[in-house]
Amino acid sequence: MVAETAALAPSFFVKYTWLIAFLPFVSAALTLFVGKRTPGKGTVYGITAMAVGLVMSLGVLWHFVNNGGPYEANVSWFQIGPLGMQLGEYVDGLTAIMLVVVTAISLCVHVYSLGYMKDDVRYTWFYVVLSLFTGAMLNVVIASNLFQLLVGWEVMGVCSYLLIGHWWEDKTNSNAAIKAFITTRVGDVPFMFGIFALIFATGFTTSNIQVIGHTVAEGHVSSALVAGAALLLFGGTIGKSAQFPLHVWLPDAMAGPTPVSALIHAATMVAAGVYLVGRLFEVFVHADPFVLQTVGVVGAITMLGAAFLAFVQDDIKRVLAYSTVSQLAYMVVGMSMGPAGRTAGFFHLFTHAFFKALLFLGAGSVIHAVHSNNMSEMGGLRKKLPITFWTFLIGSLALAGVPPLAGFWSKDELLVVADHTGHTVLFAVLLATALLTAFYMTRAVLLTFFGEYRGHAHPHESPKTMTGVLVALAAASIGVGLLGAPQLGSVFGSWVFFGEVEKAVFVPWVAGVSVAAAALGIVFGWLVYRTYQERDPIRALGPAYTLLDQKYYMDTFYMKGIVFPIRDKVSAGVYWINQHVIDGAVNATAPLTKLAARFVNAFDRKAIDGAVNGAAQTAGFTGGILRYVQSGNVQRYAAFLFAAVVIFAIIFTRV
Amino acid sequence: MIRLPLILFFSAGLFSVGVYGVLARRNAVLVLMSIELMLNAVNVNLVAFSQLWHDLTGQVFALFVIAVAAAEVGIGLALVILIYRNRETININEVNLLKW
Repeated sequence: MVAETAALAPSFFVKYTWLIAFLPFVSAALTLFVGKRTPGKGTVYGITAMAVGLVMSLGVLWHFVNNGGPYEANVSWFQIGPLGMQLGEYVDGLTAIMLVVVTAISLCVHVYSLGYMKDDVRYTWFYVVLSLFTGAMLNVVIASNLFQLLVGWEVMGVCSYLLIGHWWEDKTNSNAAIKAFITTRVGDVPFMFGIFALIFATGFTTSNIQVIGHTVAEGHVSSALVAGAALLLFGGTIGKSAQFPLHVWLPDAMAGPTPVSALIHAATMVAAGVYLVGRLFEVFVHADPFVLQTVGVVGAITMLGAAFLAFVQDDIKRVLAYSTVSQLAYMVVGMSMGPAGRTAGFFHLFTHAFFKALLFLGAGSVIHAVHSNNMSEMGGLRKKLPITFWTFLIGSLALAGVPPLAGFWSKDELLVVADHTGHTVLFAVLLATALLTAFYMTRAVLLTFFGEYRGHAHPHESPKTMTGVLVALAAASIGVGLLGAPQLGSVFGSWVFFGEVEKAVFVPWVAGVSVAAAALGIVFGWLVYRTYQERDPIRALGPAYTLLDQKYYMDTFYMKGIVFPIRDKVSAGVYWINQHVIDGAVNATAPLTKLAARFVNAFDRKAIDGAVNGAAQTAGFTGGILRYVQSGNVQRYAAFLFAAVVIFAIIFTRV
Repeated sequence: MIRLPLILFFSAGLFSVGVYGVLARRNAVLVLMSIELMLNAVNVNLVAFSQLWHDLTGQVFALFVIAVAAAEVGIGLALVILIYRNRETININEVNLLKW
């Protein structure tokens, strides 16, 4: 490696990072406006933009491979009093990593959708929203200030809604879309308040993330404000990254097309919440320790809870959805363990993006083949879908944390950090979840690919565009973990770090227990699901199974405790107000208007018409009188004439 | 030599007769003749003052008035003839179209 200093001049790619985020918007517009008239229904724009974006992202990453320093550039956007809003890019190692992840996964999904979404009714529209979504996510990643970040964040929310509800003809799908949108919105409200709190902390001068970081670090801001802001921001993370108690939208979001699940609900958008914490880590670190403890507790609850829920799912995508929630909690827990944990958490985000996208796209390939999401209608697909099987197996092993696949390295790093920073409870939870993860992934693989085929379709291997992507992602799932491997110098830590470069260390006993947990999970899974049983063996848990099957009654609680009361009571109240107050006001306005109109009418007739007619009448009346003078009798005229002469004569001679 | 006031009284009487004729007569020809009376009353005045001041301007002016009066009567009688042809009358009360 070239021994450059941190003062390495920013390269072309670093300076023009904003182009990476801008291109998808261009491709979305092109696809929308000329897509249907382009050969291939406009898919070429999105794919080109993603490919160019990926190349540029790698160019950006190269700057940090050479130990380049962060780069920031802003242009003024608008001014509100003292608050100057800017548009800008802030590029550091974390940005570069996120750019690579997002563009790579997005490119994979764009290509994969060529096969998966073929013959879809809204094929072109699907690509429009995919591109738009990617642009929004990249905007979040490069944003130098919170306002710009919020814009991207919300656009992602909308795209997520559109994509989950892509097949809106089915009521279930549009309901899932609404649920996802509203649930994340519940988290967005505190997030926005958090942003306002931080802008307030700078004295209403800027929303620039770096400036906010410095302000908070210098300790001029009251600790209560910082802690409050951090907790509010974490509300956004809970919503977007599907953490307890707002995780309920993510499994339902599986109603969307599978590539969408892979892109949005596994690799990118849900990672935005984690990214947010990492980007504003200065705030979290300098807040009261209570804040990071809260983050850790939420992560731990989510991690275990979601992993258990993955046990009882029959829908293969839902297994992966709960797994995603659980793995996101890994990253959140990583954030809660300080700077080293932040690096480890992002490393897990990095590796997880690849193998979870692989798993989702693999599941998509299976669904494409058997036309069902339910594992009870799968089985024995090992021979019929060999490429899908092998790649899915690699993804599962990576997720379970089997060395030397990607998941092993990132989980191991998290465990090491938990051990070193003395988070014993978190260490235990991480380890337990690793075991559970291995168990439910074994279950999924066995139910899907082993045994006898139980469905009624004629499974066949997916087209090349899909399998090609699977193979590429499988290769990544094997390889990317090595970037953080302590034995290979742990280069990841030199790109993504907080304060000083993080060097991952290899602790043999931690790696040992981690592998043991994974192995134990796999063996348990093998023992239980070795032979297929009509009745899922997990039902043996009795009441616990019912609890899991009902998702801890959380959906029920949300529906009966929040949605129904609001729908019934509040909407009844709103209906009453509508009927009585608003309609009353409307109805009362009508007579008033009538009265006013009558008055205006009278005024119009009497005053204005009166003036006009009066003028005419006066003229007519005067004329009527004067006309008697004009008799037509010449002698009378002459008489007037003489009379006038006499009168004038008298006057002027002053007799 | 006739004294001036006498002449002026005569002229005024003549003028008054003319005015009366113009205002009161119904016959258009008589109206024209009355106008002649008024004009000649003026002529008498002009000549009288010319004599008084020994200035011939008045008499020259009187000649002009006589010439103009001749022309005026010419036109006036022509109009009367035209009216008579059109309306079979020269009663001035019946010629009253000059009104609303």
